[in-house]
Amino acid sequence: MLKEGDIRIPAGCAISAIIDKTGKRFSGNDIIQSIALMHERSNGLGGGFAAYGIYPEYKDLFALHIFYDNLAIKMKTEEYLSKHFEIASAGNIPTRKVASVKNKPLIWRYFVRPRIYIVQDGYLDEEEFTKRCVIRINKEYKGAYVFSSGKNMGTFKGVGYPEDIGDFFMLDTYDAHLWTAHGRFPTNTPGWWGGAHPFTMLNWSIVHNGEISSYDANRRFVEMYGYKCTLQTDTEVITYLFDLLIRKHGLPIEKAITVLAAPLWDEIARKSPELKKELTALRTVYSSALINGPFSIILGFDKGMVALNDRIKLRSLVAAQKGSKTYVASEESSIRVICPEPDKVWSPKGGEPVIVYLDGKGAKKREELC
Amino acid sequence: MLNFNMPRYEIIRNEKKCINCKVCAKQCANEVHSYDEADNIMRADEALCVNCHRCVLLCPTKALTVKKYPLEFKENANWTAEAMNEIYKQAETGGVLLTSMGNPKPFPIYWDKMLLNASQVTNPSIDPLREPMEIKTFIGRNPDKLEFDGKGKLITKMPPKLELNAPIMFSAMSYGSISKNAHESLARAAAELGIYYNTGEGGLNKEFYKYGKNTIVQVASGRFGIDKKYLNTGAAIEIKIGQGAKPGIGGHLPGAKVDEDVSATRMIPEGSDAISPAPHHDIYSIEDLRQLIYSLKEVTGYKKPVFVKIAAVHNAAAIASGIARAGADAIVIDGFRGGTGAAPARVRDNVGIPIELALAAIDQRLREEGIRNSVSLIIAGSIRNSADIVKAVALGADAVYIASAALIAMGCHMCHSCMGGKCNWGIATQKANLVKRLNPDIMYKRLVNLVSAWNHEIQEILGGMGINAIDSLRGNRFMLRGIGLNDKELEILGIKYAGEAI
Ligand code: SF4
Ligand code: SF4
Repeated sequence: MLKEGDIRIPAGCAISAIIDKTGKRFSGNDIIQSIALMHERSNGLGGGFAAYGIYPEYKDLFALHIFYDNLAIKMKTEEYLSKHFEIASAGNIPTRKVASVKNKPLIWRYFVRPRIYIVQDGYLDEEEFTKRCVIRINKEYKGAYVFSSGKNMGTFKGVGYPEDIGDFFMLDTYDAHLWTAHGRFPTNTPGWWGGAHPFTMLNWSIVHNGEISSYDANRRFVEMYGYKCTLQTDTEVITYLFDLLIRKHGLPIEKAITVLAAPLWDEIARKSPELKKELTALRTVYSSALINGPFSIILGFDKGMVALNDRIKLRSLVAAQKGSKTYVASEESSIRVICPEPDKVWSPKGGEPVIVYLDGKGAKKREELC
Repeated sequence: MLNFNMPRYEIIRNEKKCINCKVCAKQCANEVHSYDEADNIMRADEALCVNCHRCVLLCPTKALTVKKYPLEFKENANWTAEAMNEIYKQAETGGVLLTSMGNPKPFPIYWDKMLLNASQVTNPSIDPLREPMEIKTFIGRNPDKLEFDGKGKLITKMPPKLELNAPIMFSAMSYGSISKNAHESLARAAAELGIYYNTGEGGLNKEFYKYGKNTIVQVASGRFGIDKKYLNTGAAIEIKIGQGAKPGIGGHLPGAKVDEDVSATRMIPEGSDAISPAPHHDIYSIEDLRQLIYSLKEVTGYKKPVFVKIAAVHNAAAIASGIARAGADAIVIDGFRGGTGAAPARVRDNVGIPIELALAAIDQRLREEGIRNSVSLIIAGSIRNSADIVKAVALGADAVYIASAALIAMGCHMCHSCMGGKCNWGIATQKANLVKRLNPDIMYKRLVNLVSAWNHEIQEILGGMGINAIDSLRGNRFMLRGIGLNDKELEILGIKYAGEAI
């Protein structure tokens, strides 16, 4: 059977996230409990987590999490890595034996810094350089797969139910200020760990529920800008869209969201002339970045979190708030299971994001925009 | 002299039904029908018939049928009747064979070898009657990216764009090649539909300046009817380099079609042939094209998008990329099936390539060069229905131009005789008695109906795919699957074969 990336596999899913905007860190127990409640929405063929703030001691280094199929490819990849990066620390990612988690690949973690002369000589910044190396490995080193590449954050994922994957990676031993989680229901199984979600690129991580109908329009658009969609998944292309719009093109997050879940032309027509001009520019210049079809996504990044529904809300997404914490999930019950009495619960409208910036990190300091 | 050509059509008149009303005689500008007073009977000179169906449809008793002439040559797969008749004709006249409308030969029609996708289970389809379904389209250049100041205010200046309520426009047909009433119908329909029509290379009749904001004014090698006012009246300007029906050669308007009004509009003497040169004599290379684009922008204060139209030829992808880099706001590609008012038959039938392949290659090339998003891509050359449009957009087009389809909506019966100037439907003619048969009040409505019907169908198909904005279909080749295509064709079209998974 073809591996993910050789074919495109539609999947349904469950997603969940918790963020403490004060930056206070907490263990992975809550998020595991939350995603476990939506057991029925997954089928044991993929689960994963992204955690932000987990590596404070290495916060200026890129943390590369890599799956290897065998030792030979590990050696080859490490040769490439050491040519391009100074490796401050390397080792196995610790795991626990869990009966239901089988066929695990070699799972390694490296804290790295791009070799200075490369970044200085080239015209690339550290991020762009690291991104290109990651894409290179994933495309050209068969049997090696970098599944996490941000700073002070990490992704943990694999084939299994999400709660088992969380247990396997011992997430109860990590503390993060933002956790996102994903349980997958793929329509067929490649049984490949790299295919599980979240998908990440540098500091971006995406968990996503839905199947976007604009996939190939989006893919062909981002590929014009040097990205290569090797996995052929929605999550991958959505991550690249965010990276392109926000990091490469420098759009403020709110504007990027306006691009991805664009307001309808009818709504735009009702806005003030100035806003109309801006929205029209966003929709026309970035028309190929509009995401169509049903989706709910949770985007994690260094400054906080964004949760977003497609513009006509074809997938469920619920949000809640309690104190400094914000929760989002596919189902309200998986919020209530860890936060029985939130201060506020709401169902964000289609296309209207829930944005939570860490204190002091937001461009404009505001918790949400809904 | 003995005429070696047999008639091409047989006219069958049911004598029992015919009431000798002479309507057919009056209607036929080719003078096929006549009344024989002596015998009190209607007669027909079949050699003159072009099979335009005007008499058939207007006969009050439906007494008429037109059929292919039953006379057969001895069967020969190589020396067909057509091949032989053409030789008889050329041996008689010593001239180039002239024809009109698009290439009728049985070349593959790739639209019909591509099938569309629809959503099932994993992704819901969307019902356009209950949910918004957007087909609004913008044509023009895009900046590389948008920039905002610290307060989140847009600082990038947007280039001028056309806003279309549907990804459809009426393609260039000059006043002269078609009638004033046909032009008026197109202009009014474009205005009502919120789309655009194109003047073609014959200038713009003063009476139609009022439709300027729905008009694309064309600049072709003959430069007919062009002045500052003309350029500034249109919403956009199109430089015509080539036309799908006759790549590599210029326009032809026989003097017979140049009456007083056409002469005034084109700014040429009455009765003179209007032959535009094959190339623009100020464009011998891509830098020259850039100069023309910018001089037109200069004249119009950089307020109007400038399109460049070329015929789909072998190297179209590289040429299109050059056009984008030369500063055009939109590239128009006209496929080898595109129509014409007059063209040499050998050129029409043998030069150029299918629009589907040209479009796929150009869209892909522009993407590889990273410039597809900076320019719009419009295609033309025999779009027959809404499914063709959906497939074109999925291959990568922003919008399509329709011309033959628009003429058919106004009554054209594809008789391929436009060059004669005797169109019985009042379309490709300047004869007052024929032109008045085309009533703009009725015909503009038929055009509106056609485009509205197609819009509904496009929305229906989009909804079925789970897409609610046409933006998400553009270049979305996953929505297409090939059938009956070889590997090379699939590769150029950039699509998979039916049955292959996503
Ligand atoms: S129009 Fe019909 S009925 Fe009238 S003369 Fe001709 S064939 Fe006869
Ligand atoms: S426009 Fe008139 S002359 Fe030309 S093909 Fe159509 S019916 Fe015939």
